[in-house]
Amino acid sequence: MAELKRVSAYKWELPIEFKRGMRVPGTIFADDKLVEQAFGDRALEQVANVAFLPGIVYRSMAMPDIHWGYGFPIGGVAAFEPGGVVSPGGVGFDISCGVRLVKTNLEEKDVRPRLRELVGELAANVPKGLGTRGQISTPESLLKKVFTGGARQVIHMGYGRDDDLEHIEGGGVYPGADPERVSERAFLRGKDQLGTVGSGNHFVEVQVVEKVFLPDVAAVFGVSEGQVTVMIHSGSRGVGHQIATDYLQVMDRVVHRSGIVLPDRQLACAPLDSAEASDYLAAMACACNYAVSNRQALMHWVRHSFERHFSSAERRLGMDLLFDLSHNVARMETHQVEGKQMRLCVHRKGATASFPAGHADVPPVYRDVGQPVLIPGDMGTHSYVLVGTETAMSESFGSTCHGAGRTMSRSKARKTIRGDELMNRLESQGIIVDAGKISQLAEEAPEAYKDVSRVVDVCEGAGLSRKVAMMRPIAVLKG
Amino acid sequence: MAGFRTIEHTADIGIEAWGAALDEVYEAAALGMTYLMADAERIEPRVSRDISVSAGDLEELMFAWLNELLFIIDADGLLLCEFEVTVEDTSLEAVVRGEPIDPGKHGLKIDIKAATYHDLTVERDDTGEQEGWTARIIFDV
Repeated sequence: MAELKRVSAYKWELPIEFKRGMRVPGTIFADDKLVEQAFGDRALEQVANVAFLPGIVYRSMAMPDIHWGYGFPIGGVAAFEPGGVVSPGGVGFDISCGVRLVKTNLEEKDVRPRLRELVGELAANVPKGLGTRGQISTPESLLKKVFTGGARQVIHMGYGRDDDLEHIEGGGVYPGADPERVSERAFLRGKDQLGTVGSGNHFVEVQVVEKVFLPDVAAVFGVSEGQVTVMIHSGSRGVGHQIATDYLQVMDRVVHRSGIVLPDRQLACAPLDSAEASDYLAAMACACNYAVSNRQALMHWVRHSFERHFSSAERRLGMDLLFDLSHNVARMETHQVEGKQMRLCVHRKGATASFPAGHADVPPVYRDVGQPVLIPGDMGTHSYVLVGTETAMSESFGSTCHGAGRTMSRSKARKTIRGDELMNRLESQGIIVDAGKISQLAEEAPEAYKDVSRVVDVCEGAGLSRKVAMMRPIAVLKG
Repeated sequence: MAGFRTIEHTADIGIEAWGAALDEVYEAAALGMTYLMADAERIEPRVSRDISVSAGDLEELMFAWLNELLFIIDADGLLLCEFEVTVEDTSLEAVVRGEPIDPGKHGLKIDIKAATYHDLTVERDDTGEQEGWTARIIFDV
């Protein structure tokens, strides 16, 4: 690790000399242990590889939850000037995978007595798992409206309330979407998946707020100790996967034609001023709108489940949306870089925006305190609500972590952890688990991930975000 | 002799596939991917699909081939168990067979998002007893 230089308590620099071809240095936000993990799984090399991309500005960055991805590391942030590139691998296949947190006015004592039944209700209403169809069929004409209208369109269809939009990143509609840039295959994959969780590390979780760190901010967010919340983690499903696949092939050919030499083919990219780049961004926007629509529909079914279980309208149960955001996306943003205002294409793959109080992109309802940041925990561990900071703007293009990265491969997890033992352990902690495949549960065990609390503490130590509240799970539904 | 094995990876999962002929490598890779997703032996070849894929090189062909299968799996709700591939230059034609996904019957495992370009290789292999081909693919899960 001689080449990696410690800059401060939670910041490390990967010098340009680390790998020949780097246009800018790398910055890793981590503590000693996390940086050791990053080094071990070759994630640092990926941080270096991203620095090869034309037009990258300032630094190739890595958040504390960084781990080995494909091309870009997971937990990577990279910004490109207008003369630079856009790279679908810097967004990910699950375009706009993200998180939303729904509040309630319930406490644990209100849900504990019949929690299994509530979980049963959620399991019946919220489709999850491989091959599962959603309840909302979207033929092509309707899907086009979802691609351009995002959450607004889905609310218009009856899935949610108008005031939900004020509590979603970007007002629930991602700009610049053009369904003409989306392939027929993506349409075919999207038509039955709206309002489905998916599988892998996606979930719906019933939680209890265990601790509040910043009471003033928590008050504005409407979060308090003992409150029951519901967290939804899901993305753009087959639509995003297909759009990413389609455009990676397109960009691969662009790279081949242009003669750009890339250290990893998965870094395929196109100049921001090219037709291929515009097409990708317009298609990516459709996937973003599909993802936020998906989470909006999922929230509708969650509210519906609570309504049925408690025989009370969701408004009466206080089921307001706290926030919805995504952690796999590329956005055009304005940032101050070494004294200059620059318009940049910021890629966040497994990283979350973390904007401060007063920032124009923070919804008006929260602009006085800053943007809520939602960090999903691993199964059975804590999740967090954070708030964005001014320091993030100067340090990380307004970014922070997205959750905990993996440390153990799925096969190793399956070999060393038993699904049924894990389930028993969780249940003994008072956590009810509804998982599609017990045999695969081991892969999602908390031991297979970095400690999310550590990751969140490092982000705080580095000034990228501040802890507002911490939640513990009481029920987890996974595909 | 064709076959495949899984490759360990922190966040994702991969396959190494091999075969005496190029056709076999693409078939083995597809079968390997199926094994990652479900108990392949329990899938019956009740419906079929014809596939045609073109690419600029053998790696892009593998990327396009496996992702095309994932498209069929996702859009049609099928799991596939039989693959008959004919590779011509950097294109392929195939007939694939399978049946609708049945969680109770098929022992579902990992939901694969996509085949990636990362570390993707399709190359001649002269190291074994016979000449053949090997391929390596990392999946996003």
